[in-house]
Amino acid sequence: MSAPNNTYDPVRVAVLEPAEVERMTSEALAAIGAAASFKELKAAEVAHRGRQAPLTLASAEIGALPPEAKAEAGRRVGVAKKQLEEALAARQADLEADRDRRVLQDETADVTLPWDISAVGARHPVATLSDRLADVFIGMGYEIAEGPEVEAEWYNFDALNFPPDHPAREMQDTFFVADPGGSRGDTGGRPPGPAPRGDTGGRPPGPAPRGDTGGRPPGPAPRSGLVLRTHTSPVQIRAMLTRPLPLYVVSPGKCFRSDALDATHSPVFHQIEGLAVDEGLTMADLRGAITAFVDAMFGEGLRTRLRPDFFPFTEPSADVSMECHVCRGESTKPGAPPCRVCKSQGWIEIAGCGMVNPRVLVACGIDPDRYSGFAFGLGIERSLMIRNGLTDIRDAIEGDVRFSSAFGMEA
Amino acid sequence: MLVPLSWLLTYAPLPEPVDVGEVARRLTGIGLEIESIEQVGHDISDVAVARVLEIENLTGHKKPIRYCRVSTAGDSGGSSPRASTAGPDAERSVICGAVNFAAGDLVPLALPGAVLPGGFEIGVSKRYGRESDGMICSAAELGLGDDHTGIMVLPPDAPVGADFVSYAGLRDIVLDVNVTPDKGHALSIRGMARELASAFGVAYADPAEADLPAWVADPGRGEVYPASIADPTACDRFALREVRGIDPARPTPLAMRVRLARADTRSVSLAVDVTNYLMLELGQPMHAFDRSALDGPIVVRRAREGERLETLDHVVRALDPDDIAITDSSGPIGLAGTMGGLATEVSESSTDLVIEAAHFSAPGVARMSRRHRLFSQASARFERGVDYELPIRASAKAAAMLAELGGGTVAPGYTLAVEPVEPVTIVIAADHPDRVAGTAYGTDTVVRRLREVGCTVELGGRSEATPGGRDLLTVTPPSWRPDLADPNDLAEEVIRLEGYEKVGIAMPRATAGKGRTAAQRLRGAIARALAGGGYVEVPSSAFGSAADFDRLQLPPEDPRRRAVLLANPIRDEEPQLRTTLLPGLLRVAGRNVGRGFADLSLFEIGNVARSKEDTAGGGGANGHPGTGAPSRVAPILPVDRGPTPEEIAELERALPDQPRLVGMVLTGHRDRPGWWGDGRPASFHDAIEAAHIVLRTSRVPYSVQAGQCAPWHPGRSAEFVIEPGPGSITTGGEPVTVGFAGELHPRVISEFRLPPRTCAVELDLSLIERAAADLPPVQAPVISTYPVASQDVALVVDEAVPAAKVQAALVAGAAAAGREVLLEDVRLFDVYTGEQVGRGRKSLAYTLRFRAPDRTLTDDEVAVARDAAVASAGRLTGAVLRGSVSAAG
Repeated sequence: MSAPNNTYDPVRVAVLEPAEVERMTSEALAAIGAAASFKELKAAEVAHRGRQAPLTLASAEIGALPPEAKAEAGRRVGVAKKQLEEALAARQADLEADRDRRVLQDETADVTLPWDISAVGARHPVATLSDRLADVFIGMGYEIAEGPEVEAEWYNFDALNFPPDHPAREMQDTFFVADPGGSRGDTGGRPPGPAPRGDTGGRPPGPAPRGDTGGRPPGPAPRSGLVLRTHTSPVQIRAMLTRPLPLYVVSPGKCFRSDALDATHSPVFHQIEGLAVDEGLTMADLRGAITAFVDAMFGEGLRTRLRPDFFPFTEPSADVSMECHVCRGESTKPGAPPCRVCKSQGWIEIAGCGMVNPRVLVACGIDPDRYSGFAFGLGIERSLMIRNGLTDIRDAIEGDVRFSSAFGMEA
Repeated sequence: MLVPLSWLLTYAPLPEPVDVGEVARRLTGIGLEIESIEQVGHDISDVAVARVLEIENLTGHKKPIRYCRVSTAGDSGGSSPRASTAGPDAERSVICGAVNFAAGDLVPLALPGAVLPGGFEIGVSKRYGRESDGMICSAAELGLGDDHTGIMVLPPDAPVGADFVSYAGLRDIVLDVNVTPDKGHALSIRGMARELASAFGVAYADPAEADLPAWVADPGRGEVYPASIADPTACDRFALREVRGIDPARPTPLAMRVRLARADTRSVSLAVDVTNYLMLELGQPMHAFDRSALDGPIVVRRAREGERLETLDHVVRALDPDDIAITDSSGPIGLAGTMGGLATEVSESSTDLVIEAAHFSAPGVARMSRRHRLFSQASARFERGVDYELPIRASAKAAAMLAELGGGTVAPGYTLAVEPVEPVTIVIAADHPDRVAGTAYGTDTVVRRLREVGCTVELGGRSEATPGGRDLLTVTPPSWRPDLADPNDLAEEVIRLEGYEKVGIAMPRATAGKGRTAAQRLRGAIARALAGGGYVEVPSSAFGSAADFDRLQLPPEDPRRRAVLLANPIRDEEPQLRTTLLPGLLRVAGRNVGRGFADLSLFEIGNVARSKEDTAGGGGANGHPGTGAPSRVAPILPVDRGPTPEEIAELERALPDQPRLVGMVLTGHRDRPGWWGDGRPASFHDAIEAAHIVLRTSRVPYSVQAGQCAPWHPGRSAEFVIEPGPGSITTGGEPVTVGFAGELHPRVISEFRLPPRTCAVELDLSLIERAAADLPPVQAPVISTYPVASQDVALVVDEAVPAAKVQAALVAGAAAAGREVLLEDVRLFDVYTGEQVGRGRKSLAYTLRFRAPDRTLTDDEVAVARDAAVASAGRLTGAVLRGSVSAAG
């Protein structure tokens, strides 16, 4: 370094010579780059940009230069200062990034640790599947109709063209409500016993008959005229009596039959029924509705098949089968692997249906010459068996939390 | 019904070879569902017709044992492959325990190596000290019924040495047909063969017309055994024939026995077998009486009070005045179309028979068989409908067969009591089936199919009801199709015989539906909110018992004791419908705990049934609702017209109340323990919060107060009340209780054997749905972006004062202070009891958050509002300000 006053040259200042400025800059940049901490960086900044920093002092000498050299020197120092500033910012950013990385690394935890403190809820698949089925028809413009589970016999049977004493009533093992006059609602311990009726009771002594003895109230006991509905079909009657025509409704709900509980039967089960009453409805419309429904629930393009069946409230009546959605009929071919879902039949029976019997329309005060209708019904638990692989109906009714939880919020 | 295919083909001959799979498909396709196809007779081999040469009785055994020399040395062809028909190989000796045959008789002989039904193999064995070289077979051993009592003696003309399976025609295919209750005609070979012929388009021979004796309608010299119909509503055809001098020992022909066995009908005696055989073939149930046991003219009438009858099953039955009885001078001798009487039964000594063939009232027989719980092949047919023109022909065939097979003679003439029956005629438009199916069949097809069914069809006339007119058909269904009564019945015949696959598919027509109702949406929203809140939806039993009411500690007058009783419950322990969800849910909880799931939050949405409250005077005053009240019986309304509003109202009155409830049960941990530390047990706070979830979801204004209701802990349960307001259920201005939530009473918990501190909720969802129905849509709030001003206040109140009341008073006071200063939130952040506030007192510390919609609040404004809130709490709950700290920010 030269002594400033030895060879004073008003035109030249040694510290502002390009080589000198470059040297100072390099020194400063090296110091900044070498700073390993915020503290060192600060020290480097003070040393090279502070009041006593060589570059700062050199900058002060610019005024001593002759005017023609001022601009050149000023530019040179400015560039150097800018370089320092940028280097400082870059180093600052690097140090910050380093610090953040370190901190975040220190804070790293095992995110696979379980945190299932709160209970996880679920809906029952009978409810969600029932909703889902209803949604398909709501999408077609149907509305949901509802009715009571304890129902008048007239709604459950007579209005649906089940004549008294007709064997069709025996097809459905019916729970009968005991005569209200014979009941003791407050104590309620026993159903009314075998009602004595003089000495001609006509019924051998013994316990009150169970559902498996047929569909009539036991013996000549006084009747209440009430049953637990054996199907959701009485809701059809209620809909026809209360809603304007044309009407398109579905009625999901709980039904009761006095079957003993086993893997495939339950005294309490659920159905969903559809009913359409309009002018000019035909069996082709019924097939269309069923086809749309199968498309929505099981996938497009599965064939459906109707075969004659008997229900008192429809005429003609049919049972509905659909092509097996799992094997699509492949399992019926020779040598093909068996299909558990359709038992290698290729078809699965899913519903009963038919054209509303005009007698039912008449019982509801509807002119059968003007209106016709169709109806269909299917079991929810049965649908769970077909669609979701339920094999034992008891699993769906006894309330084990594992069953509902497996389905979550949608069946 | 089990149907041997060979029998069907007798009257509907299909071209050979017959594909039984196709038969099943086509029958199923027209409505006769084939449930199974069984190949029979293929499980028997190497049984030959043999002659008994000599019999040696072995002595010294507990039962008679005979050693028989038998021969298959035959005189005819068709020999069994393993039976030598000549030489010494044709003779062998076998041990036999039956004694019903003699030397010279022909018997079925299972040769060594033979296989009998059930895979039973016959070999050579040493029995009773002798070499037994085969086995003489009983009918049961050959798969022909259950008769083990003796071996089967074959007719003398049976070909010795022949293969027994071929000789007896044992190989057949048996179809199990599911006949729906509308198709009575199909419960016979006659009806089913007609259907089969239609399905294949082949000729049909009516067995009721085939082989009729020439004298079928010959009146002879007048009536045979006298009979009359006393009650025309019970019976409209009653025919009798007489057969005399038969040999009761004559056996039933082998071919008939085989067919009976295939149709699962037991062989009893010649007379019974012949009537059963013809019932299966023609569909006409018949009954044979021993003429010598009859006493005076037969009369068909209703039974009288006090009459009794011992039926064939040895049960003495008290008859009901609605029963249709066959009677003679001695009284009832049979239950019409259901079961005969024991006293007039054909026995082993009966030589003169009276054969009855009749047409009884279908509902009459149905009621009677149900009443006596007697379900016979005859009653099954009568209640589904029998051909009313058949008795005269069926009885003639029976008489002719019995005379021929039993060696007797038919008495000339017959007795026939007749009540006039108006044949049904149905006028339909010729295109009615087309309009039902949405498919064009054309008149020719419609007429052809109806005629195949047996209808008489007349063309002619045009409908005046329709502009332009439609061709009309006048259709008279045949006597064997009582189920055909309406135009749609005829349409179904055409559509099913043409095949349902011919029905097209029309795109569903769009209708303008309104979607789910508000109540239906609310129900779904509540279920989803609860599931989202960690509750698992489970079903529980729909039934219950009064014992559960005691377990729940319900007081005697509790409305939840007004149960609806079942006349025929499945289980004695659950004789009624549930009136509350809780017992069922508690059991489900117990079941899950028992299966190792101790932490449970369960919910169920479901209906219960409660008898209507006694509105009639007199009953119920003594605390026993239901007793002494007039029965409300639901009437059976007519079905030939729509019901009147009054009639509908009468039906509705008879129905019990059936509210929809939501129930919840909590036990174990609500927050689970884990590596993070201890969990938090479910408490009554959780149960009460669950009830809040339901009511908040409904948007119905409600309030909470301390609850006093079984089965809850009286100090740890809350009552939820819907306040008077826009909801229709509160128009009277009175608050309505919708349910309770909290910890269960300890005694209830122990009665149901549940873990301590189990909690439960039950709310009346029907009430909530009704209250929510009138709510207007949610109005969007104005979101103020001005700063919030928070104020903390600590209020000291009596310990018994509910926090909810204090909070409500704060809110009311702030609201009264003016609308400009909005109290947007009140939050209880501390509850303190201790010396500093004095005994019997508690301090409740709240943060009040104020905000104005249009400006920044000044300290003065906030203070005024806060003071108003505190003053209100002081007025309404006696609260005293413990101190306040400004925390405005």
